[in-house]
Amino acid sequence: MSKEQILSSDGIPLELSLKKAERKNKLKALFLVGPLLLFILITFVFPIGDMLFRSVDDRMITKMLPNTFKALETWDGKELPSEEVYKAFYDDFYPLAMAKKSGKLYQRLNYEKSGFSSGLKKTNRKIKKFEKANYKEQFMKTHKIWTKVEYWTAIKNTAPNWSYAKYLKGLDLKFDENRNIIQQDEDRRIHKILWMRTLNVAFWVTVFCFILAYPISHLLATLPMKYSNLLMICVLLPFWTSLLVRTSSWMVLLQQQGPVNDLIVWLGLAADDNRPELMYNVIGTFVAMTQILLPFMVLPLYSVMKTISPSLMRAGKSLGGTPLTSFVKIYFPLTVPGIGAGCLLVFILAIGYYITPALVGGASGSLISNTIAYHMKSSLDWAFASALGTMLLVGVLTIYWIYNKLVGIDNIKLG
Amino acid sequence: MALPNHTPWNYRIWHYTYLFFCGLVFFFLIAPLFVILPLSFNAEQYIHFSAKMLALDPEGFSLRWYEDMIYGTKNPWGLATKNSLIIAFFATIGSTLLGTVAALGLSSRHMPYKAAFMALLISPMIVPLIISGTAIFFFMAKVGLAATHTGIIIAHIILGTPFVVITVTATLTGFDHSVTRAAASLGSNPVNTFRKITLPLIMPGVISGALFAFVTSFDEVIVVLFLAGLENTTIPIQMWVGLREQLSPTILAVATCLIIMSTLILVSAELLRRRSDRLRGINR
Repeated sequence: MSKEQILSSDGIPLELSLKKAERKNKLKALFLVGPLLLFILITFVFPIGDMLFRSVDDRMITKMLPNTFKALETWDGKELPSEEVYKAFYDDFYPLAMAKKSGKLYQRLNYEKSGFSSGLKKTNRKIKKFEKANYKEQFMKTHKIWTKVEYWTAIKNTAPNWSYAKYLKGLDLKFDENRNIIQQDEDRRIHKILWMRTLNVAFWVTVFCFILAYPISHLLATLPMKYSNLLMICVLLPFWTSLLVRTSSWMVLLQQQGPVNDLIVWLGLAADDNRPELMYNVIGTFVAMTQILLPFMVLPLYSVMKTISPSLMRAGKSLGGTPLTSFVKIYFPLTVPGIGAGCLLVFILAIGYYITPALVGGASGSLISNTIAYHMKSSLDWAFASALGTMLLVGVLTIYWIYNKLVGIDNIKLG
Repeated sequence: MALPNHTPWNYRIWHYTYLFFCGLVFFFLIAPLFVILPLSFNAEQYIHFSAKMLALDPEGFSLRWYEDMIYGTKNPWGLATKNSLIIAFFATIGSTLLGTVAALGLSSRHMPYKAAFMALLISPMIVPLIISGTAIFFFMAKVGLAATHTGIIIAHIILGTPFVVITVTATLTGFDHSVTRAAASLGSNPVNTFRKITLPLIMPGVISGALFAFVTSFDEVIVVLFLAGLENTTIPIQMWVGLREQLSPTILAVATCLIIMSTLILVSAELLRRRSDRLRGINR
């Protein structure tokens, strides 16, 4: 047999023509995905990259104090810097003070070492009257921070353009004067507690959701359609209802004079004048989040359980297994993908939860998201908010990655 | 679920315990929503059941909080409703268009790196909202769209598209591609085939995706909280502000309206799902 090529009707080899058609189809598919892909890249993926960038970006202060940093390059850090350095600082600070743009500098340097804010504010007021000589003396007379080596070391430490100090702060660590990483002072260690609390709440909410969702998903999957459709409404109505509506109903229920407390008093579990605080603490966060996230556990479990044939359990029984062994050895293993999907969904939603903890959590029930929002809206430390956000994002993506390795990501379903 | 007569007593107890537990969980799920309804008709300014309400005295009930919601001078609900509807409307259209077209491409068997593209396109659903909010805020501030309707609409399109992509792709997995080839062989051009064959078949998926996108936008707080100025306030923002200050009966009236709306959405989503199953059943 000769190696003759098969030709299509227009004389081109079939292989080539097939490849051409394939390529055309591929391009067509890419063309369809293109608009959304571009949109998501520009408005979502790049901004998240920008957020990463912001969390390590420390160039603002470099731009504000160029002369000072240059003069400090040769400073050995043992004694107070020379007159030149003070003059360089004057050259940098005087225009800032005149243009009333020094606010950001106080803020930045005060993150580095507290005391800068008051020192710089005073210098800001006095600098107009400085004579154009003897800078060192005049600075030292203005405020005591200029007489201390630590403050100059702190300024020198801010010279690099990039800094991961915000990440250290998110883990309750910090740099000391010699750039060693040390623990934050005892009374300022708040973030580790927050991370632990967030993980704790997410974990227990997932566990509670699982315990509550497993039996009802089983019931929904085994009842005849007629009844299960009706009961499904109990799951789907909260699912479609506004998060704020559900949170406000919990605020009504859990308040001091609310129905739940009435019930507790009526049952005699607490005295009327000593009603327990159910809201503005972790209890409120737990209860409300469990109810709000429960549908996300029920739906994947239900869709997996629906596919398990009841004859399997009957077969188990007919082979002599008790209901318990049939359940443990047959039914439960078959529901594992559903459990995985449900737990993943609930855990990840819970770990980034904001609204409910902010409204019913109070101070002791607030989570990491609340801190991120606080730094975004109130303290305006956007770099720190970005660093915390990046840490949370890395955590979430790691969980996804592990889940994908263990169970496979593509069995997440909606409803 | 009646038990057979010969069931031993210990299984019987176990079975009823199980049913009782399930009943409690269903109650836990649904009851909180129904607490709001009667309280929104409270005649007094408190948000707990008054003695008159418990005695079912008609004087204990009134519509004053609904009047306050609509006519109250200080209440921003009118503006909030208008904004919410405008934003949700455009966000839904945007997400549905972009998402459906992308889902068509993703479902093609010629699509390269399907899993990677899919992961990228549904990433806004995976990333915690507080992070999306932060990142989108930086972006909008940079391009000058912070505190504008356009900015919020774009943000909500980002958050809504994953739902459309997922529901439409799910509808397309049961899709029999030979019908489009049949149409082509009968002389139909691709546009007509899409309009007359593909679209009607995937319509339930498209609409339920659109419903998801609408609800996502209508209910979204965090991103709007970062982006919105006073002019762009929405219903969820007003509820958030109100709940932070003080739980007022007017908020419960708004919540009741929202519950009625979600019931309507639930019913339509359910009808669509059944229709989709039926349509795909014919295809198989």
